[in-house]
This record gives sequence, C-alpha cells and structure tokens, in this order.
Amino acid sequence: MIEVKNLYKKFGQLEVLHDISETINEGEKVVIIGPSGSGKSTFLRCLNLLEEPTSGEIYFRGQNITDKSCDIDKMRQKMGMVFQLFHLFPHKTILENITMAPILLKLMNKKQAEEKAYGLLERIGLADKALTYPGKLSGGQKQRIAIIRSLAMNPEVMLFDEPTSALDPEMIGEVLDLIHELADEGMTMVLVTHEMGFAREVGTRILFMDAGSIVEQNKPAEFFANPQNPRLKSFLDAVL
Amino acid sequence: MFADFTHSLYKCFIYKDRYLLFIEGIQNTLLIALVAVFIGIAIGMLIAVIRVYHQQTGKFKFANAVCGLYLTVIRGTPMVVQLLIMYFVIFASARNGVPVAMLAFGINSGAYVAEIFRAGIQAVDKGQTEAGRSLGLSSAQTMRHIVLPQAIKNVLPALGNEFIVLFKETAIVGYIAIVDLTRAADIIRGQSYEAFIPLFTAAAMYLIIVIILTQLLKVFERRLAKSDRG
Ligand SMILES: Nc1ncnc2c1ncn2[C@@H]1O[C@H](COP(=O)(O)OP(=O)(O)O)[C@@H](O)[C@H]1O
Ligand SMILES: [Mg+2]
Repeated sequence: MIEVKNLYKKFGQLEVLHDISETINEGEKVVIIGPSGSGKSTFLRCLNLLEEPTSGEIYFRGQNITDKSCDIDKMRQKMGMVFQLFHLFPHKTILENITMAPILLKLMNKKQAEEKAYGLLERIGLADKALTYPGKLSGGQKQRIAIIRSLAMNPEVMLFDEPTSALDPEMIGEVLDLIHELADEGMTMVLVTHEMGFAREVGTRILFMDAGSIVEQNKPAEFFANPQNPRLKSFLDAVL
Repeated sequence: MFADFTHSLYKCFIYKDRYLLFIEGIQNTLLIALVAVFIGIAIGMLIAVIRVYHQQTGKFKFANAVCGLYLTVIRGTPMVVQLLIMYFVIFASARNGVPVAMLAFGINSGAYVAEIFRAGIQAVDKGQTEAGRSLGLSSAQTMRHIVLPQAIKNVLPALGNEFIVLFKETAIVGYIAIVDLTRAADIIRGQSYEAFIPLFTAAAMYLIIVIILTQLLKVFERRLAKSDRG
C-alpha cells in the first residue's frame, strides 16, 4: 500500500533520514520504535508529505506521491494522521472538528457528515460532547476525538505519531484501546510509540530506527525475544 | 464672572446653532475612523496572508514584493502628506473629502493592521495547519477555515486598539477641508474669539469617546477570554 524507495531527508546540513526503503502492505500494523531523535516522526511525516523528502520516492497505492504532478491533498484524504498533541481545532465544536474536512472536500453533505460523526462519537462514548469545544475535554478524550476525526475521512491507512506520549497515565488506556479496536477491524496502520507492550500485542511487524535508518525489523515475538543489533539490545534493555 | 462664562458658552454653542457644527464634526470623525478601520482590516489581512504564504512556500514573489513596497512607503511617510497627496493629486477632482479621507486612512491603517495580522497568524500553532493539511484540506482551505479564524480572534483586541488610534489620528482631516471634531472646534474658535471652550470641548469629546471605547474593548476582551475554548 505504501512503498518507500531510498528516502533521504535533511534539515539543512543535518541528515535525519538515511536511505530508507520500506514497504507497508495492506492490513499491516507496523510499529516504529527507537530512541528520541532517531527520525521516527520525520519518517512518518514523510509518508504523507508533511515533510518533503530531500530525495527518494514514496508510492501510495502505486502512485508516486513525491512526484510534482501528484495531487497530494487528494492522497492525504486517504491517509489519516494522529499527532502527539492532538491538534483539534479549538475554535470549532467537536462535531465541526469531525465534519469539517468531509464537508469542505465535498465528500459528504452536512447531514451525511453529521450522521457519520455521531456514529463515530457514539462508538467512543462521547456523543454528548458533540456540541462542546475541545478545551472542555480531557487529553484522552481529545486524542480519541482526533482519531475519529481522521476516521471520518474513511482513510485507508492511519499514521500515529506517539498518540499517547502527551497523556496522563490514566488516560493512555482508553486511547490504546481505540487504536487496538481499529487494528482488529483490519485498518492498515503505522504507529510510532514507546508503549512496548502495546507494540508487541497489536503490531504485525516492528521496526527499530536509529540515527535515521531502520536498523532492524521483525515480527513482534521474534523482535523482542531475539534482538540482534546491539543498539536495539541496549534500547530494549533500557525501556523494558 | 459667571455671567461672562455663560455668555462664552452661549457664543460657542447656542449662537447661530454652533453646537450643530460639533455634532457634524464628531459624526465625520467617527465615520472616517470606522470606515477606515474596515478598509485597513481588509488590506491588512490580504497583505498578511500574502506575506505569510510567501514566507512558508516561496510563492507569490511579485505580490510579496509589492506588499513590501507598500509597507515601506506607508510607514515611512507622514500621514498628513499621504492625505494631501490623496486629496490634491490622486483624487484632485473630488468635491467631498470624506470618502478620500476614509480611503487614505484605510490604506495607512492597512500597513499597521498587516503586521498585527501577520503576528496573529504566526501565533497560531503550526500543528493546526498540519492537522488541516493531513485531512486533505488545501493550504487555502486550511488558512481560511482553520488558521485565520484563530488568528482573527487573537488580534481582535489589537484591532480595537487600532480603531482607537485611528479615531484620534483623523484629527488632521481639516487639511482637506473636512469638518471633523477638531476642525469644528477651530472654526468656532475663529468665529467666537473664544479659544478655551471650543478646544477643551473637542478634547473632552475625544477623551470621553476614547474612554468609552477602551472600556468596551476591555469588556469584549474579558468575554473573549471567557469564551476561550483552549
Ligand atoms: N523541522 C525540523 N527542522 C530541523 N530539524 C528537525 C526538524 N524536525 C526534526 N528535526 C531533527 O531531526 C531529528 C529527528 O527528529 P524526529 O524525526 O522528530 O525524531 P523522533 O521522532 O525519532 O524523536 C532530530 O535531531 C530533530 O532535532
Ligand atoms: Mg517524534
């Protein structure tokens, strides 16, 4: 579904991604772990071109999205993204947060979008919050709204960048549960996280990034039981 | 003594219905400031968006250069000179100075409002733009529906302030034969040979209106803060 070929990313002189090639197939739940600053976010953000690669190609459903002629806005409609800090729109109600993009992009009319939004809100038990503003919600609620805001676009893949890192411990569970449900329903996802238990449980493949490269990857059981790369070993020793 | 003062009052306000001149003056002052601030907001928002876009994407090179020139010229020359040029050169055939003054002050204010808006747009968290773009919205849609509404809310108090500033600055429109509050006071000063009463009347009217506007702005800011949905 997503194919990355020889991806490089530099910020000025600083090389953040070094020659990454990777394929993410439909239905996979790819979990990316690695030390802070290793380029996990940058890699994820390159997948929907929030960061422009310095060189290399990224294909989404066979289309080269790094090509100048590609309509990236169209592609992004099918790639949901969830951020560490939620980024709900504070001037819009919860309902408007969810319906805004589908309506503006003319994918649904207002009624359809609201029906969809209420369906999603009911699913996460927050339908009563539809008409309130994001400022009134807890972190866990905000993040779950951010997730269904993406879902309202009917994405084919979801990108999560440390979705629980900014949350109080008692709210992490509710967000992970929702992501878990999506995974079980077959959503293709790429997830950056520090939650190793969750990675093992939900991931179908774990990638370890270090200094801008994917230095090791494996199925979860193997990955955690049998790490090869010394840097991965010491990373796992430190976090487990 | 008291009789003298009453007589002066009479000369300045009642005699030949001179109070009407004050009313005309204050009306013109308020009208010019009000229309000018809206023209300024329109110009300022446009310029701010162009400049921020250019900064972010490198596009709109020419438009950005034009904006830069405009800002330099407007901020580098006295308002009175701009007003005189507008009235006697650009709109040399204009009979009524009021619309010309509205435009001149609007164009002038736009340069300052542009900076207010630019700061307001840049104060909106970058994550807001990224969230909008990641949903598939275009940069224009993201600007219009996500960034600008938040930026406008951020800068409303500063825009209210700009209106108060403009309200006082319009006191120079007498140069192009408009009877504003200042000019009204000056005319009556000349006709009545009384300086104290008409000039202090004008000053008091400016002051009272500024105080009222400042208070309104404070109430408004408090309401805005209360409705701040975080
Ligand atoms: N916009 C940027 N400008 C300059 N440097 C950046 C930018 N974004 C990230 N970096 C740098 O790139 C490196 C990788 O960052 P990031 O992808 O956020 O790492 P991770 O998500 O793994 O912690 C870090 O050294 C970071 O400082
Ligand atoms: Mg990161």
